[in-house]
Amino acid sequence: MHKFLFMKIEIARMLQKKKKQIIDLWMKNQLADSALRDDLMSNDELRAQSEELVDALLKKLTDDNLSNIESADFENVYEILGGISITRARQGFSPRETGLYIYSLKDALLSILQQEFKNDPVQLYEASMRVSKLIDSFGIVTFETFIKGREEIILRQTDEITEISTPVIRVWDGILALPIIGTLDSARTQVVMENLLQEIVNTGSSIAILDISGVPAVDSLVAQHLIKTVSATRLMGAECIISGIRPEIAQTVVHLGIDLSNVVTKATLASALKYAYSILQLEVRKKQNNLVKTN
Amino acid sequence: MEKNWMKPITPTVLNKDKLSVFKEQDVVPFRNRVKEYATRIGMGLVNQTKLITAASELVRNMLRYADGGETLIEVISKGRENGIRLTFTDKGPGIANIEQAMKDGFTTGKSLGLGLPGTKRLVSEFDIKSVVGKGTTVTVVKWKNG
Repeated sequence: MHKFLFMKIEIARMLQKKKKQIIDLWMKNQLADSALRDDLMSNDELRAQSEELVDALLKKLTDDNLSNIESADFENVYEILGGISITRARQGFSPRETGLYIYSLKDALLSILQQEFKNDPVQLYEASMRVSKLIDSFGIVTFETFIKGREEIILRQTDEITEISTPVIRVWDGILALPIIGTLDSARTQVVMENLLQEIVNTGSSIAILDISGVPAVDSLVAQHLIKTVSATRLMGAECIISGIRPEIAQTVVHLGIDLSNVVTKATLASALKYAYSILQLEVRKKQNNLVKTN
Repeated sequence: MEKNWMKPITPTVLNKDKLSVFKEQDVVPFRNRVKEYATRIGMGLVNQTKLITAASELVRNMLRYADGGETLIEVISKGRENGIRLTFTDKGPGIANIEQAMKDGFTTGKSLGLGLPGTKRLVSEFDIKSVVGKGTTVTVVKWKNG
């Protein structure tokens, strides 16, 4: 038991003492690797980055936390790793290259261990396993950070799509059209409603046409959102027409038991526009040819 | 042996797919998957839309009242009929009074209260089991020509 504890201290201390050797070996391995991306990062920068990481790691490495990868002592190391992962992703490194970078540190550490414990295979095995596990978990952190970065981009794009896909079109003086494409969820409805109400104020329109030709399914939540939008539009003193109700949607809505009888609905945007013209007492006519004399 | 004819024919499962739904972003992929299966067995547009709408209702219920759960999509066949069976299992609070929940216009939330009764009208077969404090399981079947 005593020997076991003593040995653990030995690993951490030994590695701390050999810091310079570790960095040198690691750098040597990296520079010798054919996959070195010196086009993306200069060797000096690489050295600085590697030194920072080894420094942070060895400073906090003790007999206890070597086998406890979740230890709070490594917080700083994880922070540095996250930073490396993000900057490398921005610089154009692939996740594989970033992963290999971290794992090449393991090779360097293991070579040092091998030199040190070459006469004691049991200790060598023990130490190698511990160091392996630790560096593996560091590798996973870099991937996690990488994926998190990607996810943030996706979330931002989702927001952008929501913005883009709800344009309010002024089809005629006093008539607005709003083609809705995709699913209407709560967040989307909020954007749609805001855009529509604002545009009603801006243009002084008295009729808004909500076209749902591009909505794949109308369930009770979507219907509820539509009804809310219609009510809000009416409060603003404008009339709201829902158009683009396909036959299969009409049947589904009836079976669901949704009451849309208080809302003016039309099958197509064209008929909705025609209805809007009739409210505004406008008439669209074919031009009469003055030259024709019928008498 | 002589009573065999009285047994209901249990449908055979031809194909199945499991999906977990835990956030609102999972709803659209789930619905697309249902649509994919419905198209594959040649379900008509109207029935397809009904099934997808029903699926959408149930999945939203699950998200809203139970913070999500598991869904199972199965292609089933009974005699000459093919159909889709959807099972929604959650570990939510459960429904205390199913009879009341199946009535039009009843809601504990702020919705229209049409989700469950409406869904029942959209599908061919509807089954709901719920234990308060344990969770709810809803199973619906839509036959290709049902």
